[in-house]
Amino acid sequence: MSEHPVSLGALAQPRVSRRAFLKGSGLLVGTLWASSSVLLALAPSPSWALELKSLDQASATALLQFCRRIFPHDKLDDAVYALVVKELDEAAAKSAETRTLLTEGVAGLNRAAGGNWAAALVEKKDAVTASLAGTPFFRKVQGTAVVALYNNELAFAHFGYEGNAFQHGGGYLMRGFNDLKWLPNPTVQASPAAFGV
Amino acid sequence: MTSYKHDDNSVVVIIGSGAGGGTLANELCQQGVKVVLLEAGKRQSIGTFINDEWAAFSQLTWNDKRTTSGSWRVARDFPNLPAWICKTVGGTTTHWAGASLRFQEHEFRARSVYGGLAGANLLDWPLTLQELEPYYARAEDKMGVTRTNDIPGLPGNNNFKVFYNGATKIGYGATTGRMAINSQPRANRASCQQFGFCFQGCKTGAKWSTLYTEIPAAEETGRLELREGCHVARIEHDAAGKATGVVYFDANGKEQRQKARVVCVAGNAIETPRLLLMSASAKFPDGLANSSGQVGRNYMRHTTGSVYATFEQPVHMYRGTTMAGIVQDEAHLDTKRGFVGGYELETLSLGLPFMAAFLDPGGWGKGFAEAMDNYVNMAGLWIVGEDMPQESNRITLHATEKDQWGLPVPDVHYDDHPNDIAMRKHAYRQSTALYEAVGAKKVYEVPPYPSTHNLGTCRMSARPRDGVVNKWGQTHDVPNLFISDGSQYTTGATENPTLTIVTLAIRQAEYIARQMKSRSL
Repeated sequence: MSEHPVSLGALAQPRVSRRAFLKGSGLLVGTLWASSSVLLALAPSPSWALELKSLDQASATALLQFCRRIFPHDKLDDAVYALVVKELDEAAAKSAETRTLLTEGVAGLNRAAGGNWAAALVEKKDAVTASLAGTPFFRKVQGTAVVALYNNELAFAHFGYEGNAFQHGGGYLMRGFNDLKWLPNPTVQASPAAFGV
Repeated sequence: MTSYKHDDNSVVVIIGSGAGGGTLANELCQQGVKVVLLEAGKRQSIGTFINDEWAAFSQLTWNDKRTTSGSWRVARDFPNLPAWICKTVGGTTTHWAGASLRFQEHEFRARSVYGGLAGANLLDWPLTLQELEPYYARAEDKMGVTRTNDIPGLPGNNNFKVFYNGATKIGYGATTGRMAINSQPRANRASCQQFGFCFQGCKTGAKWSTLYTEIPAAEETGRLELREGCHVARIEHDAAGKATGVVYFDANGKEQRQKARVVCVAGNAIETPRLLLMSASAKFPDGLANSSGQVGRNYMRHTTGSVYATFEQPVHMYRGTTMAGIVQDEAHLDTKRGFVGGYELETLSLGLPFMAAFLDPGGWGKGFAEAMDNYVNMAGLWIVGEDMPQESNRITLHATEKDQWGLPVPDVHYDDHPNDIAMRKHAYRQSTALYEAVGAKKVYEVPPYPSTHNLGTCRMSARPRDGVVNKWGQTHDVPNLFISDGSQYTTGATENPTLTIVTLAIRQAEYIARQMKSRSL
């Protein structure tokens, strides 16, 4: 296992370089869904863009759609899945072998979907995804996504995890460590009162 | 700053600064002994600890290459991460959860009480609970264990409330347990603020760690020299078979030789036997102190597993102490359950990033996504029970793979014993019942994480032929060589191991100081 740090802001600001714009490719763009209210509150702008270092736009889109089927959170915004694509793109930029694995993997997705994976119906996509489980391509995307998808502040906000307590108000002693109300409180013997509360 | 010369052969060299090594260093220094403490990792502090699971993992974990073999699932999911233990000053006491339980009396007599179990290499400890009790008491006082020494228990968090109610409904009793986490300020350390990042290094120092207790106390005596970033490659000996010192790579990667009067190894149950095996010589061809052939064998990791359950309403299990609640109703011996030994249930939570990594390693699809979607409504517990020592579960030196120092990497081989499987099954069933009793929507039986409890690879025995060390942790073969960590464990017992490791270290320090005074060492 290794750390794949992903931070808020990696995608939030569409900062498109002139070069990428002129190339007209290598860019993954999107707009936060209207339903993604917690993310809209966090992001400086509803539009996001990912400037690709190695993969082309079609491959990046296909990989994003592939991630959506491996970890199918229907209500989770594309912007968070794009953070996985960012990791994959960076890995492809560092290693020709990884780039080949990913581009050939995408070609395989398109073939299996009868031409255009990204445009295929969800049922078709799920069947294709299942058929690829265990392949090196699947494992690379799954292994990257299982870290990158859930290790960023957008995901924390979406799933309701409060993340870095030290930075965000300190310990939960005075802010809800025992605020659960739908079950009776334990006895004082089982759970003594907190010191200083 | 105290500093000793490399050729000063009057010092005790301790390798590793965790529960065993860090405690031993302080206890020896308090008795006037000069100590060089070698730690492979770097020194962090409560100021540098990070409330971020992956970042803290990188900061604290022993990430040098290791390999795995055997049928345990860890070998498939985390082939290069058999253990989740630390490489930092304070060792795994930076990362541990704090549960501090004494052994039960019968657990020191596993062979006699459990009988001869096929495939298990059971042996009685050459120790009794009675002999250890005064040292347990000192360890509990030193560590500030709640519910001992008139220290109140910790307050239970939301995860505990679910656990408590479920436990009560199925006839168990649950309380916050004996934890080495300050429930009130004590020994110049603050009380727990319920951050929920116990595994990432405690930001208030409420949780006991040798990093900010034993080690600074030892430094204050003026007798400790801590050398961080120092990786020991081998232990050397003279023609008579006495240890003379250690060879290590210092923080700059330069090879150094430190002479010693006594050498104590506390590198955790993977590195400790690895070091003895790497120290093989013409006189000790099978590895240092390995005339029994038991060095590296009988590797134990506790029978573990986790159970997480999702509910209709929020839990926010990650708020507050990572562990604290305990059910001990299955900790006793009752072979009618279909296994020997017992297990504890202890509350546990993971943050969102680690939940994704450990819920079902390699998992994906709708079921996985659904579990993650319900993260806020999730409660969790950890199973920890006695696993059987087996000769074939062992640490060996890899034939070809080398680490950054050119030293052979350790391979960790583990197969579950049928007793382990029966116990885990029972524990999963009981835990499921516990959560269903309070309305769980869905229950997840989660496989063991990379090992946090690593034990038994230089086991204690009264007889040199079937164990590596005597009742003081002194190797049978090399009188001035000691094992000072969980490697000494003869059998694993049910309880989380740190308290007993600290207890043994306090007792060992007394023995070493006494022997040095009488010139027996």
